[in-house]
Amino acid sequence: MKLKFVGLLIGAFVFLFPFYYMLIGSLQAEPDPSVGGAFPSPGNLTGHNYAEINQAIHLGRSLLNSGIFTGGVILGTLVFGVLAGYALARLQFRGRGLVFNLMLLIQVVPFQLLTIPLYVLIVRSYGLADSYLGMILPFLINSTAVFVFRQYFLQLPAELFDAARIDGASELSILWRVAVPLVRPALLTGVLLTFIGPWNEFLWPFLITKQQDLQPLAVSLSNYLTTVSARAANPFGAVLAGACVLAAPAVTLFIVFQRRFISTNLSSGVKG
Amino acid sequence: MRSRGPLGRILGEHPVGTAFVTPYVVFLAAVFAYPLGFAVYMSFHDYFFAAPGAIVERPFVGFDNYVTVLSDPAVRRAFGNVLVFLVINVPLTVVLSLLLANALNAAIRWRTFFRVSYYVPYVTASVAVVGVWLFLFNSNGLVNSVLGPLAPDPSWLVNSSLAMPTVAIYVTWKQLGFFILLYLAALQNVSKDLYEAASMDGAGRWKSFLNVTVPGVRPATTLVVLLATVTGANLFTEPYLLTGGGGPDGASASPVLIMYQRGIEQGNPDVGSAIGVLLVIGVLLLALIERRFVGKEES
Repeated sequence: MKLKFVGLLIGAFVFLFPFYYMLIGSLQAEPDPSVGGAFPSPGNLTGHNYAEINQAIHLGRSLLNSGIFTGGVILGTLVFGVLAGYALARLQFRGRGLVFNLMLLIQVVPFQLLTIPLYVLIVRSYGLADSYLGMILPFLINSTAVFVFRQYFLQLPAELFDAARIDGASELSILWRVAVPLVRPALLTGVLLTFIGPWNEFLWPFLITKQQDLQPLAVSLSNYLTTVSARAANPFGAVLAGACVLAAPAVTLFIVFQRRFISTNLSSGVKG
Repeated sequence: MRSRGPLGRILGEHPVGTAFVTPYVVFLAAVFAYPLGFAVYMSFHDYFFAAPGAIVERPFVGFDNYVTVLSDPAVRRAFGNVLVFLVINVPLTVVLSLLLANALNAAIRWRTFFRVSYYVPYVTASVAVVGVWLFLFNSNGLVNSVLGPLAPDPSWLVNSSLAMPTVAIYVTWKQLGFFILLYLAALQNVSKDLYEAASMDGAGRWKSFLNVTVPGVRPATTLVVLLATVTGANLFTEPYLLTGGGGPDGASASPVLIMYQRGIEQGNPDVGSAIGVLLVIGVLLLALIERRFVGKEES
């Protein structure tokens, strides 16, 4: 038991230290890569890096873009994903098995491989470059979330639905009035799972946004990292400050709602 | 059960279900199925970008794009690099995530703290974490100051034989929390009786880990290997940012990075698509081999 605990402790250090170092580095006036630099020294602390990165990439605007991108995907997943998850769990209709198998298949198709055709279609054919719609479209409905919704709807007792149907309620109102209120935890899990996709996504928004004022934070920060940072006084400090701003919402959400992100919920969504 | 009319037999008991799944099916068709077919189409044609609406000829060229791709040393190197990546990343992921999940599964203090700290890297954007790894693995960064005279020269990310392994370790670290959660779920399904039987037979903790736990989570291991392989084949952000575009000198370039450079930067979507198709075929082959290898003791 002692050995396991020590092993876990070492693991936790390895996982958390870079985050601690990110925070410390973002507050240093002068980058200090020595061992002593890993400890905060009062003389070397400043908020200047945050001002610097804010000036270079307009943090507020980038955060807003990340928020619209992520919000659009969450909204799409909640509306269309709940409908699909409910139908797959509780309704008998032609082609249900086919849709379900398609959903499982999607989980193993590497998205990046569709990048080129999606780029040609969305940017060249539909002219959706530099638009929120073009950003959101390929992520609109998160299949893992659909799967989680389906699992939760399946667990509800059948009598509940039979009773409502005998009362003559339409499927839409059964879904809205009976089923959805009972699966609120699934909705939260679905939102969390969906959140990390677009919030952290880099390649797709990087490809389709060339206008700086439409770029989500992950894209504008990486552009800063690869091009502008060489000219800054303390490039690491500014990059790490931006990194903290990008990481904070996701990390906070997952710490607050850690109970919703436990193995059982997630594995039901992935295992199939 | 409601009695079904002739229409019900064709459409099913709840035809409204079709309407409910229609948006999702349209989405899958538009974002997955059609682009997949389109990629294959482009890879067999001389496809190039043209002004919208312009009528241009894009003739069928057979395997020409594939010949271009396979005779390109940068592409061959990138496929080799991703193999190096997988050889390091997949076994490391399986071993570390199973060991940590197993330790975490015991009744231990601070479980929530450990669990949360393990998936923090997984939920954080790679772009954010790359910043701090650059700072840590810089030539005069913290890792090298700790190592002192043992620090590699040239440093990790600019050393052509260490760049890809460093990227592989970075991705292992980043994704591990997710796989720990998968294994934690799988461990709940291993019967307690088997452990008791093993300890009655005098098996120590290590022995029962090898003889009960490892076979007990084999289906999860198959899944972890598959998902880690797919993640590895998707590698883009890390070589793009961590090693400045697959450096030094292409030593850490990944197929997706080359696909982006050829397909979009240089404007040859047909060549880029051919790389994508080859990558999918490669992943499928690898997945089959791994399935054989990992699942072999399954009855």
